[in-house]
Amino acid sequence: MGFFATILILVIALGFTWRYLGSYMAAVFDGRVHFLGFVERPIYRLLKTSPEQEQTWKRYAGAMIIFSFVSLVFTYAILRLQGSLPLNPQHLGAVGPALSFNTASSFVTNTNWQNYGGETAMSYFSQMGSLTVQQFVSPAVGIAAAIVLVRGFSRRKSATIGNFWVDITRCLFYVLLPIAFVAGIVIVAQGAVQTLAGTVTIHDSLNGVTQTIPRGPAGFMGSIMQLGTNGGGFFNVDLAHPFENPTAFTDLLYIWLTLSIPVALTYTFGKMVGSIKHGAALLAVVVILFGSWVAFTSYSEHQNNPAVVAAGIHSTVGNAEGKEVRFGDTTSALFNVSMTQTSDGAVDSATDSYNPIGGLGPLTGMMLGEVTPGGTGSGLYTLLIYAIIAVFIGGLMIGRTPEYLGKKIQAREVKLAGLGALVMPMTVLILTALAVSLAVGRAGPLNAGPHGFSEILYALTSQGNNNGSAMAGLTGNTPFYNVIGAIDMLIGRFGIIIPALALGGILAEKDVVPEGLGTFRTHNPMFVGLTIGVILIIGGLTFFPAISLGPIVEQLSHLRFF
Amino acid sequence: MLVHLRRSLVLAVICLVFFGFVYAFAGTGVAQLLFKNQADGSLTANGSTLIGQNWAATKCPGNPLGSCVFHGRPDDTGPYAANPKTGAAGGDNPLVANGVSGESGATNLGPRSKVLKADTKALVAYWHKLGVNPTPDLVTTSGSGVDPDISPLDATVQIPMVAKATGIAPAKLRTLIASESHGAQLGFLGSSYIDVLQLNEALAKLH
Repeated sequence: MGFFATILILVIALGFTWRYLGSYMAAVFDGRVHFLGFVERPIYRLLKTSPEQEQTWKRYAGAMIIFSFVSLVFTYAILRLQGSLPLNPQHLGAVGPALSFNTASSFVTNTNWQNYGGETAMSYFSQMGSLTVQQFVSPAVGIAAAIVLVRGFSRRKSATIGNFWVDITRCLFYVLLPIAFVAGIVIVAQGAVQTLAGTVTIHDSLNGVTQTIPRGPAGFMGSIMQLGTNGGGFFNVDLAHPFENPTAFTDLLYIWLTLSIPVALTYTFGKMVGSIKHGAALLAVVVILFGSWVAFTSYSEHQNNPAVVAAGIHSTVGNAEGKEVRFGDTTSALFNVSMTQTSDGAVDSATDSYNPIGGLGPLTGMMLGEVTPGGTGSGLYTLLIYAIIAVFIGGLMIGRTPEYLGKKIQAREVKLAGLGALVMPMTVLILTALAVSLAVGRAGPLNAGPHGFSEILYALTSQGNNNGSAMAGLTGNTPFYNVIGAIDMLIGRFGIIIPALALGGILAEKDVVPEGLGTFRTHNPMFVGLTIGVILIIGGLTFFPAISLGPIVEQLSHLRFF
Repeated sequence: MLVHLRRSLVLAVICLVFFGFVYAFAGTGVAQLLFKNQADGSLTANGSTLIGQNWAATKCPGNPLGSCVFHGRPDDTGPYAANPKTGAAGGDNPLVANGVSGESGATNLGPRSKVLKADTKALVAYWHKLGVNPTPDLVTTSGSGVDPDISPLDATVQIPMVAKATGIAPAKLRTLIASESHGAQLGFLGSSYIDVLQLNEALAKLH
């Protein structure tokens, strides 16, 4: 019963978030919110820009890429210089070059894949100055890209699509900072650590054991990493750690933080294009797919773990291996699904120890391109790419001109949307094939048999989708996995963001065709079903052969252990 | 191009200052001011109520190791695991994972792993030797490796062991467990749990 009450509360909270955060974000990006003008204006002066200086999509994309590159260099440099920088009470040395490259790519692309154990590899300076900074900046970049695509639909005959520097500044200060700060206070009040005092050593007189407990500024990192669908926590086990996710309430709060912006952006979209119905149609796509994934994953995790049963424990309900008592099996499954249907990738339980079908939930959530609701920004622009494909296919089937929100969808738009939809699966599958065919790649997995294959596939799917969730059994901190992972993440990010910006640019140039009798409706259940179909078919056709070698074989191999 | 580069550098420095340091320092300041105990790690004289400990190595004069206290959940390096990974302090140090001291970690073993099956069998045998009929939580490891909690049932099944080693009547232990149980948060979030450190601190007062 508790689980259904949890879902109900989450749905109500997200309903309000959709409506009010959604319309607030529309106001922010339309330049109607000014309460932090005293911070905003000096920044524009320093940057020598202003909201009036609009950019073409090419200039916008150029600014975004160069800014991301500079961020990559900053992040990399801080990790490499860690040993000589302050705020390092544990006297940790520099992070190695391959690991630094992987980590910098990971945080700049909003992935937060972690090939290191945070509490034992990163100084406070690195956690704050290098990783937390990108947890603010990378979602802001994603949201800016989504807003450009939305402006493509809302503007008519416009050569420009906004100003990158203004959009990102507004997103950082008006959206991310206030919510993250307030949530951080709540998380610490519940029990998360937030200190710069270093580790503490305590002797327990009851059992005679002396323990050294790592601590750090984890609580406020937790709030922004979830709000920005980053997912890379302070500790090695991420949000399973009681110091960053101390109670069932913080677990739910983290789920809400993660889903809030991606869900609300569908309202922002509707509001900015002047048709809330279109935003609601996208929300319906999100809710239907998300709900199905939660259902089958939670159901599977509520079943017994085959290895535990084989060891003689029959009285079990639910798979307790790798899960925390304070969360329980179904809520852990809800958490992991929420983090893989977005681009977050945080875990509150060990995904590697999920039952085969339970592990299929997070894996396939990522394979569908993370559109339900997806990452901050990246979710909306990828979903719009799928919607464009759905409009095109719908138009072909009934022989009408494909239009979406009055904008004609022609060859150029469909090519760009196709590119955006296919970059990720191609990258993931080619790199997975490469990893399993090389000895250095096969040396990675901890588990044997199909589960080992799943570990590799999961890792490359997660990085290609900028998710960062992991079946943590894979030994990813090798030069091979660090480098192919970084390539995977960079292509997965910029290979989709650039087509999305281009789409925004060319759509903004077009005029709106008045709606006629022959117009294909794009806000009714038919369109919702068509979009879901497109998402499932593209994801299913590209990845089905791969998942049948992993989780499906594992599920079907009764009584066999590997 | 150069304009972009200059603006990028300026904005990157602004972000470093604002979101790296102002945010974290302001957050730490507020947290320390309002919720000092939590922000410092919920510490008691014997450890943190949020970090599981190694209870299996507790010396119990005249009785097997660890039989006079309640245990938390095992971790992947326990003395009862088929392949104990560390030798120090009985092997079950929740704060050692992946061979690194201070790191958190789970076993990451899949549901059809031979190793998981063997480890779980060893754990079942370990509990049987102590006279306990274990629940699933007591033979599986947690996601963090430092899970500080067990369910009320996990504590109840340990009553025969603790009663025998300490001489405290089972009825008294049952009352203790009931008084240390926390219900689900707000009545529906998560499940009811007992903090093992608090339980053992309360148990020590009964002696």
